[in-house]
Amino acid sequence: MTDQVVDIRALKPDLSPERISRRYAAERRFRLYGLVAIAVAIFMLALLMVVIVSKGYSAFVQTHILVEVTFDREVIDPDDTNDPEVISQANFRGIARGAIRKMFPEVTSRRDRRQLYRIFSSEIDFQLMRMARDDPSVIGTTRQVWLKAGADIDMLTKGFIDRDVPESNRRVNDKSLGWYDRLDEQQLVSRRFNTTFFTAADSREPEQAGILGALVGSFLTLAVTLVLVFPVGVSAAVYLEEFAPKNKWTDIIEVNINNLAAVPSIVFGLLGLAVFLNFFELPRSAPLVGGIVLALMTLPTIIIASRSAIMAVPPSIREAALGVGASHMQTVAHHVLPLALPGMLTGTIIGMARALGETAPLLMIGMVAFIVDIPGSITDASTVLPVQVFLWADAPERAFVERTSAATLVLLVFLVAMNLAAILLRKKFERRW
Amino acid sequence: MNTVILLIAILGLTAYGYQIGRRRALGTVNGERRRLHSLPEYHGAYVALWCLVPVVIIVFAWLIFETTIINGILVTSLPTEQQALPKSQLELLLNEIANIAAGTRQGADIDPYKIAAARQYSNLSLVSTGLQVVLVLIAGGVGLALAKRQISARFRSRHSVERMIRIMLVICSTIAILTTIGIVLSLMFEAMRFFAKVSALEFLFGLHWSPQTALRADQVGSTGAFGAVPIFTGTLLITMISMLVAVPVGLMSAIYMAEYATPKVRGIVKPLLEILAGVPTVVYGFFAALTVGPFIRDFGDSVGLSVASESALAAGLVMGIMIIPFVSSLSDDIINAVPQSLRDGAYAVGATRSETVKQVVIPAALPGIVGSILLAVSRAIGETMIVVMAAGLSANLTANPLEAVTTVTVQIVTLLVGDQEFDSAKTLAAFALGLVLFVVTLILNVIALTVVRKYREKYD
Amino acid sequence: MENMAMALDSPVNDEPAVTEETKVSARDVGVFYGEANALRDVNIDFKVNQVTSLIGPSGCGKSTFIRCLNRMNDTIDSCRVVGSIIMDGRDIYSRDVDPVELRARVGMVFQKPNPFPKSIYDNIAYGPRIHGMASRGGELDAIVEGSLRSAGLWEEVKDRLAEPGTGLSGGQQQRLCIARAIAVSPEVILMDEPCSALDPIATAKIEELIDELRQNYTIVIVTHSMQQAARVSQRTAFFHLGNLVEQGDTEHIFTNPDDDRTKAYITGRIG
Repeated sequence: MTDQVVDIRALKPDLSPERISRRYAAERRFRLYGLVAIAVAIFMLALLMVVIVSKGYSAFVQTHILVEVTFDREVIDPDDTNDPEVISQANFRGIARGAIRKMFPEVTSRRDRRQLYRIFSSEIDFQLMRMARDDPSVIGTTRQVWLKAGADIDMLTKGFIDRDVPESNRRVNDKSLGWYDRLDEQQLVSRRFNTTFFTAADSREPEQAGILGALVGSFLTLAVTLVLVFPVGVSAAVYLEEFAPKNKWTDIIEVNINNLAAVPSIVFGLLGLAVFLNFFELPRSAPLVGGIVLALMTLPTIIIASRSAIMAVPPSIREAALGVGASHMQTVAHHVLPLALPGMLTGTIIGMARALGETAPLLMIGMVAFIVDIPGSITDASTVLPVQVFLWADAPERAFVERTSAATLVLLVFLVAMNLAAILLRKKFERRW
Repeated sequence: MNTVILLIAILGLTAYGYQIGRRRALGTVNGERRRLHSLPEYHGAYVALWCLVPVVIIVFAWLIFETTIINGILVTSLPTEQQALPKSQLELLLNEIANIAAGTRQGADIDPYKIAAARQYSNLSLVSTGLQVVLVLIAGGVGLALAKRQISARFRSRHSVERMIRIMLVICSTIAILTTIGIVLSLMFEAMRFFAKVSALEFLFGLHWSPQTALRADQVGSTGAFGAVPIFTGTLLITMISMLVAVPVGLMSAIYMAEYATPKVRGIVKPLLEILAGVPTVVYGFFAALTVGPFIRDFGDSVGLSVASESALAAGLVMGIMIIPFVSSLSDDIINAVPQSLRDGAYAVGATRSETVKQVVIPAALPGIVGSILLAVSRAIGETMIVVMAAGLSANLTANPLEAVTTVTVQIVTLLVGDQEFDSAKTLAAFALGLVLFVVTLILNVIALTVVRKYREKYD
Repeated sequence: MENMAMALDSPVNDEPAVTEETKVSARDVGVFYGEANALRDVNIDFKVNQVTSLIGPSGCGKSTFIRCLNRMNDTIDSCRVVGSIIMDGRDIYSRDVDPVELRARVGMVFQKPNPFPKSIYDNIAYGPRIHGMASRGGELDAIVEGSLRSAGLWEEVKDRLAEPGTGLSGGQQQRLCIARAIAVSPEVILMDEPCSALDPIATAKIEELIDELRQNYTIVIVTHSMQQAARVSQRTAFFHLGNLVEQGDTEHIFTNPDDDRTKAYITGRIG
């Protein structure tokens, strides 16, 4: 540091145009970095959505083939009982195969025939059986029926199988291709809405697999979570915000809640496995355990959201209630809670949305099993929607790729709907004090 | 169905208790409400609570212990050879017996001992349910009667009810603590059992990881099978790649949003970033495995690089995308907490916006930003689905992002999903890894949250 | 309309040391926040080597106006300024004037001391650094020392230049901010209620400082305190409800104001 007094007016800012424009160039560059960063983030979101939608939309339709089926009374219900029990025992496989053979009379060898049947889904027996059982008047008639095609043919019509690939590397061989083309020329092939996708549970055969089982599983799991986490979370928030003395113990709880909110979700899965499955021996793969684990996982989020909702209620309201002689508990129950409720509900919906999308902890407690039944209670083995996505993503068949994407789409629709509900709720009840 | 009936019975009993309490309170003062210390509704609530609480305790006890006890009795009555079955097979057998009892599994091919067991299972269930109902009724009735006797004009039922509610609130607020204790104890307990089979030093510093070989009994704990270093380095590699994506992009978008964006742009971009944050991780995993992984592999092929189809790069990139909104929203909050007066001070000496940001706002916000990046790191380390679906299983000790590596979370999932014997070193290793994961993320979180809290206090 | 008349009045020349060179003049300046008109038709001149105080009740627009003089209002999105402010013959709101350049010439001190969370040295050196004022290391030291000396802070802080500026007392922080403003060698210094957060002793020091700085700068100060305006300024302008009601020599305004509203404010009936 110099000792002499400096005339500070001798040194002037360098405001030369070159320097200023250099500084502005830096300014523009910096701004551009920001814009690029946002563009990258939004591009990634768009790419993700485009990939999912473009791969998934085709799963909502399913290839069907129009076949003339003769519902032979002799085969189905020779005694004319119309008894569903009798009808469901009948040999519909024979009827279906007969109908198929009639369309291709020139196919005679056993091998070729077996190949011919594989154009159709193995489910067509049930399809015909259900038709006859639900409406016995079709028995004895000949009907035009849209029969579900097999997954490979479905992929062919959707353009996912390349005809130029050598036959040995193709899932549909030349012969089947020829049969299919003939059907196509006669306009007997059509893509119709894929109801199976929304009415069936998982299956090894792509064309028979649906998401209803996983949806019901998700619903049951979230129901358990909600029933546990909402009352507990709100009570904890009320206690910490309104009643808790400010001491070491509440400090510990506070720090603990904040840390728990940042614990990796898979650790909650380990907790569920060690405590609920191995120690308490609750049923494996059940929504009950899944719901408990997700409840513990979302609890901190909901406590934090509820606390800030309570904090947003101005002290003047409490003072007013205490001033007319209400007890502290009455003040909270009559004034604070009703005013904080929309905020708490918003937080809870957002927490539930997070729980709906959660996969990892549920893998730990065995909700990854292959389950073909739709669960009926919270102790039945089941899976959930994101786990179904995970399972299908692993399946090698091309037809499962579109189903994975479609299941993802359904999952995203639910998440968007929940978040939208939260936003609307917040908008509707938002209050400025 | 039983549960529904039980629920209705409990609710009915509680409602009855409420009415009794209320009536009795009014009765003691001949309907003159003013003579009561507390409102009659509080007397009702008092009786109802005394009825409800013991009942709920019994129901929960049943929920937790019923299966264990019934199965325990059932096993003792099975033929000795079945009793000696390993635990997992025994569980399957018990399941089957339950199914037979429920009538969902029918047929002539069922072993007679199973049918006998199923019959016994049904009986036990019936006894258990009956016992539960009787106990519930007794407990509810006793509680009700005891509470009812206390009611008088001077009885301060409001105080008692409020005290009970308060106790319930306290219990609810300790559940979070109990969860933490549960996590720590369960991880510690299982990890200790693992370290009894494999030395902790070898686990933490060994360079070779191949837990599958330990499936054979003669190889349990064989040297080199449980060295977790390749897993830690793999986790670190993927975390680093994801941070290289998430930190610049997240931070720059936060800066743009906080300092440059008009309210309109903010109103559009913020929800979009929130959508990115709300996408389930399994969807990111699918995206990584289906699109990004193959893209990187094909791109590598076209420039002559050999890239594994499950490369660390693909998983890291997608994880980075997932974490962008996390970094940006935390940093956005932090940057907004920097007081406007500091910006004004910089503008007033003629700084441009970017000079203000770079030299005043960011240095002022630095502790908070570092805290949020630490939180993001902890999140990346603990993220599971993306790596399970897009990173590999092979524990390579490599720093090359084009090779396949594995992570702590991937190993936990692979070790625990599927058929398992719970006592093998293989499954216990998952808990040891879980303990490491928990401790590391906990340390990161504690540091980050403390830093962020201190930062906020500074500008409040 | 009376304010127009006031602006055309020739000022009384009671201080011989004062030159009559106009540094900044505002013409028909108005400010809008969105639709709200916060300030209307302000016409006023600021002269070199004079302190002009802007006084008036809260919300009268005086702070809004002073922030127009270095275009600080640019940082508020909804704010729009009309009219013209001429400095050295150029309208500072014309397209080719760069606010960054302008703010290097028109420094500002704020209501609450706002030192950067950096060392005392870096607080002062920040402006010179971004403006490339010091080409050699020694020069930066000289600027820091000179500025701190001018702000009367040098003796108090010369041994702890590396300590954070936020560790100083309120009055010291405000003098630090003044030194920070001086360091870029401005021609005009704007002060927006610089003493409102300070105790009387610190206030007296700042007022002393303002009087010294007058030798080298054109100073505009917004103040709530009429005594302060009377103590430090040569000229005073009174704002009320977004209008410039009256302006003139400080003595004249305080002893014999022309407008009833001014009289009412000065005698304490509105405010």
